[in-house]
This record gives sequence, structure tokens and C-alpha cells, in this order.
Amino acid sequence: MRVGLFIPCYIDQFYPNAAIATLKLLQKLGVKVSYPIHQTCCGQPMANSGFEHLTTGCNDLFIKNFAEFDYIVSPSGSCVLHVKEHLHSHEEEEKAVSVRKKVYELTEFLTDILKVEQLTARFPHKVGVHQSCHGQRGLKMSQMTELVAAPFSKPMQLLQMVQDLELVELSRPDECCGFGGTFCVAEEAISVKMGKDRVADHVSHGAQYITAADMSCLMHMEGILRRQNSQVKVLHIAEILNAEEV
Amino acid sequence: MNSRAEILSRIKENQPELTSLPAELTAPLQYADPVAMFSTVLGNIGGTAVPVSSYEEIQDYIKTHFADQKRIISTLPELSGVTEAGWEGQDPHSYEDIDIALIKAHFGVAENAALWVTEELMQQRVIPFICQQLAVVVQQKEIYSNMHEAYGQVADAVYGFGTFIAGPSKTADIEQSLVLGAHGPKKMTVFIMADS
Amino acid sequence: MNTGTKDHAGLADIFNEDEARVDWHDETLWFVRAKRDKAAHTLPEWEALRENASQIKDNVLSNLHDYLLQFEAKAQQNGITVHWAADAEEHNQIVHSILKAKGVTRIVKSKSMLTEECHLNEHLQKSGIEVIDTDLGERIVQLAEEPPSHIVLPCIHKKKEEIGELFHEHLGTPKGESDPQFLTAAARVHLREKFLTRKAAITGVNFAIAETGEFVVCTNEGNADMGAHLSEVHIACMGIEKIIPKRKHLSVFLRLLARSATGQPITTYSSHFNKPRAGQEMHLVLVDNGRTKQLGRADFRNSLKCIRCGACMNTCPVYRRSGGHSYHTAIAGPIGSILAPNLDMKEYADLPFASTLCGSCTNVCPVKINIHEQLYKWRQVIVKEGYADTKKAVAMKAMDFTLSSPFVYKTAGKAGRWVMKNIPFLVNNKLNAWYKQRDMPEPPKQSFSEWYKKNNNE
Repeated sequence: MRVGLFIPCYIDQFYPNAAIATLKLLQKLGVKVSYPIHQTCCGQPMANSGFEHLTTGCNDLFIKNFAEFDYIVSPSGSCVLHVKEHLHSHEEEEKAVSVRKKVYELTEFLTDILKVEQLTARFPHKVGVHQSCHGQRGLKMSQMTELVAAPFSKPMQLLQMVQDLELVELSRPDECCGFGGTFCVAEEAISVKMGKDRVADHVSHGAQYITAADMSCLMHMEGILRRQNSQVKVLHIAEILNAEEV
Repeated sequence: MNSRAEILSRIKENQPELTSLPAELTAPLQYADPVAMFSTVLGNIGGTAVPVSSYEEIQDYIKTHFADQKRIISTLPELSGVTEAGWEGQDPHSYEDIDIALIKAHFGVAENAALWVTEELMQQRVIPFICQQLAVVVQQKEIYSNMHEAYGQVADAVYGFGTFIAGPSKTADIEQSLVLGAHGPKKMTVFIMADS
Repeated sequence: MNTGTKDHAGLADIFNEDEARVDWHDETLWFVRAKRDKAAHTLPEWEALRENASQIKDNVLSNLHDYLLQFEAKAQQNGITVHWAADAEEHNQIVHSILKAKGVTRIVKSKSMLTEECHLNEHLQKSGIEVIDTDLGERIVQLAEEPPSHIVLPCIHKKKEEIGELFHEHLGTPKGESDPQFLTAAARVHLREKFLTRKAAITGVNFAIAETGEFVVCTNEGNADMGAHLSEVHIACMGIEKIIPKRKHLSVFLRLLARSATGQPITTYSSHFNKPRAGQEMHLVLVDNGRTKQLGRADFRNSLKCIRCGACMNTCPVYRRSGGHSYHTAIAGPIGSILAPNLDMKEYADLPFASTLCGSCTNVCPVKINIHEQLYKWRQVIVKEGYADTKKAVAMKAMDFTLSSPFVYKTAGKAGRWVMKNIPFLVNNKLNAWYKQRDMPEPPKQSFSEWYKKNNNE
């Protein structure tokens, strides 16, 4: 099995530790992972702003970088969803289709493809899980509270394998944090209000860490926590699943 | 081209390829005891269910519970002993001072405590809406589990006006605070008549 | 609605100046969403019911031409006069002409979002006809001279103290009285007098049945019935998409509508109007007003399946924190944001962007409209049609240039983190909207790709 590691641009630039943890975790689980060094961005910031027609360059580059792998894995549900739903190619649509089919968000890759049943991680803290919308409602990584259907959560299933980790319950388990790509600046007031409310839900339930399978939501919530001088930290789920704290 | 022709031609041009109607929903929720469910739901939406086994019992109930009500009318001949005579056939506005109206329903629905009433059971359409309190008689065996069964009962009946009534008139428009008696009845009593 | 030049973001800014009020608005609507969840969970077949409703509506849209003709013929046989209006203007003229012919100058109206969309009240009032909205919430916003902020809960943005003040001024209730029970009782007395004295009543239509020619109006208050059954003329106004094929299909829609809207198992009254009352005139106005155009837009026609339950608004985290008026259109929230651009793409270019695309709206929709996907698609259309902000367009082109080339991207990254300067949500300058209430992420010593090159020699 050859796995291509897709690291979204802002994780590459701002959150290298999330990417490093993703890589190490996969390697620890015996996966042969390569990181195509010439990757940039999936094009989502442009597409969600209405400029999907400008993403041809990003799409072609993505296909060039990743078409050869059996699986493409990324620590970002949102970017994965974008690739899954919107990656196209004028010249090589067949390759685009194949890429769309084999791209996975990290936790769903662990639960569905690797079928991980145990982890060696230990993380003795109270953790709140933020269900990022694109991962949850788009990739169906966990059940949605709107639906009348049996509950499940792939990220939580994995977090429950982490020793001494305590999950906190939230009042609103799957409300959006308000990041929303360019929404976070175009609709600044609501974006921040949504983020403050989300953070407050975690904090009031005693979370010491807020985690998610999407770093963008965490970046937004981290910005708010830090402005509030809060002691509560954000951590990408890969960093917890790979934690070796003793 | 007039608007009718114009609209219809635009629709014809723009409507997508014909898709078929879905099969009817299989196995909608059935209650083991629809009457008990009906009564519970009615209570939840602000109404009161009263089990009775005869019209005499209803008359007694009216005498004891509605003793202070001035104008009580009914479309049921069985209740003529305790209700106003000759009220029918007047201007609908004249019913404004009816305190209690007693009518019959064709059937009830357990999942939502709705009762199906058509024009001939009201005498005048405005009756169940304009009265201060509404009381409805329904046969126990005529309480069905769900709306699919309900429309199975309505079938292709011909009526000028028919309505499902579920509880007293209500509103929650002011800060989501539930208030009974918005414009219509402030209270609703449903007499559930035991099967004879 | 005249909101000056402010777009959704600008209006939301104003709404967010009072954070406690935003919290209250959010909590009030979340309470309704929670009631909806509870009601949905009482039916194990809920998702199958949604699918069924969705397919019935698909069939309606694919056969609308014939269903409308069938409906019209049946309704006429039943003694209902059927009118057709191509647009809002014609709708208003038709209603006015019916009233004029009867010499009516004062009317009552129950809730109809269509008449809001057509601005019927303004039109009639200009022609000297007094309109009293009889839905309590609508009466409240009418007294406040505001449009409804929600299609099901028109005055959900108003606090009871403010309503108390309005009633004191207009209905003479004691100053400072704000108890909902008391205020509702006062409104009951006030509106009863209107029902008893007005000769014409306008209602909306929730469903119209092609098979029988009848139409169904759902209310909790009974105001549509009070108006209709006491009037000499009943005018019902409906969008052409409200048709459903058969009477038995009401079972599906009536199970979904109130549960989705307020969490009730059904509205108090679901009234089926088949024929006029003896001596009464009954008119029905079928309105297009852009609907046939939307029907022709393959990506957006599903929006016509909407049954106006408002669930998408109650669940929308943006709507709950910006209020209905921030959408500056008759139908607010997620569904309004995919309907409005069809009517005026320039005026409503901002609305498809007033969303995080979280997708909750799509999940609660009882007829399974893919609302968030349509928001995404409208964004593409609006940009292509040239209604995007020009500054944004330039930034996007720069992003495309950089991100399409690994070389440019890496060089830019090294030269001080290109992303930090250019990625649209992190434009690092003094006017940075990100930084106003949030801190920037701390730039690390090295990017992941730099780390990878050092640590993984493949």
C-alpha cells in the first residue's frame, strides 16, 4: 500500500506539528507514506469564494502529485471533502475521478481502511471534540444530530483508544465553529461570535484541550482562546493519537 | 399571450424530465394502544381527553363542568337536553358569544391528537373556531395511529370544507411562550366514547 | 425591505453590537431546533418520510404543467375562481381588483409569505385599503412597521418588553405590562373585533391538491379560519410550486411540516378548503414571480420544493446570530439565500456568502433540499456573472498564480510565509478582520515541507 500524504497549505505553514504527527502516526501503524514535496493547496479557498473556475492550476498540480498513490491521506476533513467533491481535470478527468475516490481524511483512513483497533497513545487530559462540519456532514465521519439515525463517531472511536484521555460532553455536539474559509473575515462579527460560543461550550464543560480532525476550525478557536488569555489549548487529533506523554 | 398561457408555456419549457411518484411509505409507526397515545398527545398540546361510555355521561359532564357557561350549543341531537335549541342557520358573526360548542369528529389520530371534522359536522364552518371552548365527541374505535391511516379514512370523500383540529388555538409568538387561546378556543375537551 | 446599502455582513455587524441580545436570539431559536429534533425522533421512519416527501416534490416539479391544469379545472368545478399572476405586480393588481369590485376597503390577512414577497400590504395601503395582519407575530411586526424576521416566527427578534411597549401604544395595554399571556389576551380582543367587522379575508396556501382542487391552510392560532369563515370574500394566494398530486400525499407533508417547524406533532388547524361557503366568493391566485425561471435552473430548481417550515433558519448558526432582517429579503435564512438570487442576482449577491456551508440546513430540511450545495453553486454563478467584489477577484487570481506553482509557493513561503500575507482569511495588516477579535497563529520556525526535507531522505 502506497500512501501519499496531503498536507494542506496552512498546516504546512502554520501547524507543522500536526503534519509531523500525522506522518509519524501512519508510520507507526506500518504504513509506507510519501510526501510529494511539490504540493501546494487543494484550491478550496478560491472555490468556496465562488472562484472554482480559477482552481484548474491547483487541480492539475494535485493530480500530478497524487495520482500514482493507492491512497491519499490528509489531516483535514475540509480539504479532503473539497477534493472529493470538486476536483476535476480538463485533460485527465479519469485520473481526477480516481483521485477523488482514493482521498481520505486521516481518522476515516484509520478506522475504515487500516481498521485500527488499538493505539499506544496516552493523553491524561480532559478533551473536547469539535466535530468539523465538512468532516462530519460532508465526509460523514460521525453521525449528525439532525438525523434520526444510529450514533457513531470515527474520531471519538479513536480517541477512546487513547489511555487516560477523558472526553467531555458538550451542550451542542455538532454546531459549526464559524470559521468557514473566507467567511471568517467576510462575516467577521458572526464568525467570531460563533467561535466564542463554541469555545465557551468546551470550556464550561471542563475541557483542557479542544481537538478536531480539521486544523482550520482549531486555528479559529485558538485565535479566540488566545485573545481571551485562556489556558485551554487546541491540538490536532493526530497529535493526541500520536501522543506519548507519560 | 395572457399570464396563464405565458406561465404554463414557461413551465412546459423549464420543467425537468418526468420522475415517478414514490411508493407509499411502508410500515409507518403503529401504537399498541392508539387511544392511550391520543390522550397523552392531546394532554401535551393543551387539550383534555375524557373517556365516556354514553351521551348521558357527556350530559352529566357538561352539567357539572360547564355549569357557569352561558351559551352552549351542539350539533349533536343526543345532547339537545343540555344545549341551546334553534341556533343553526344564522349569520356566522352571531356565534361570537358561544361559550362552548360541542361537535362530533369522524375520527381521531393518535400520533398528533388531531380530529377530522367536515362541514356537515359543524353546521357552520366558523363554529369550531369562534367558540370560547370546543368539545368534540369521537368514537374510541375511530382513533387511528397515524396520518396515513387517517387519509385512508378520508379517502375521496366529498366535502366543502374539512379540517384537522389538534387541541385548543395556540400561539408562541411572544418569546416562544406558549399561550392557549390565540383567536379560537382557549380549551378543548375530547370525549372518547367507548365502543358499545 | 430598505436597508440602505448594507449587505448581510454589515447588517450582522449591527446586530452583533448587543452580544447579550445575540445570545438570547440564538438560544430562543436553538430551543425550537431542539424541539424539532425531539419531535423527529418520535418517528423511527423520519428519514424515510423525508425521502418520500422529497420524491413527491420532485415529481411535482417534473409534472407541474399538468398538475396546475388539473388543479385549476377541479377548483373551478368546486366553485373557486382561479387567477394567474406572472409577477408580484400582477398578483397585487388581481387582489386589489377583487376587493375593489366588492367595494371592500378594510381586510384581514392571515400569514402568507407570498404576499410578503409581493409586498401586497404596501400596494393595498397605497390604494386606500387597510390590511390587518391577524397572525399574532405578524400583527406585532406590523404595529412596529417592520417586516417579519422569520417565516414561521415573524417577531422572534422582539423581546416581550418591546411588544408590551407596542401594545401599550397601539392597543392601550397598561404600561410596563409584558406578560405573554396578558398580551396575547389583549391581541385576541383587538383582533376579534377585526374578524367580526371585515368583509374580506386573505390567506396563504400551504398545499394545493391537483386531484381534488382543494387547498390546505395550516395555522396554530386559527386566524386563517376566523378570517375565511366570517368573510364574504376569501382570497387565497399561492406560489405555483405549492401543488401536490393527491390528497393522500398530505399525510406525508402534514407529518413533516409542524414537526420540522416548531416540534409540534401537527399544527392546531389543518383546514381543507374545497368549495366556498354558501353565499361566499372564493378566489385563488396562482403566482409565478420568478418560479418558472428557477424551475429552468437545473442546479437550483430543488429550492422550489420548499414547504416553508423554517427549520433551516432555526438550525442555521449564522441566522441565529444575525437575525432575519440581516438577509434583507422576505424569506430569510438559508432557503431565502438560495431563492433570492433568482429574483435579483445583484441585490442578493451577498446572501449565498452568508454561510459557513456547514450543511445543517440540508439535514433538517423535510423535503431534502440540498441547501448548502446550492449556496456553493450560487457563489460560482454570482462570481461568473460579475457580481463579486473586484478586490476579492484580484486576490483570488493572485492566489491561483501562487498555488498553481510549487516554485512560486515555496519561494513565497520562505520569504516570510506567503500564506500569512495572502491567504484570504489571514491577510496580515492593520485592517485585518481576523485580528480584530482573534489572535494570529504563531508562525513556526519551519514549515512542514522544510522539516520533511531535513528528516526524511527518500
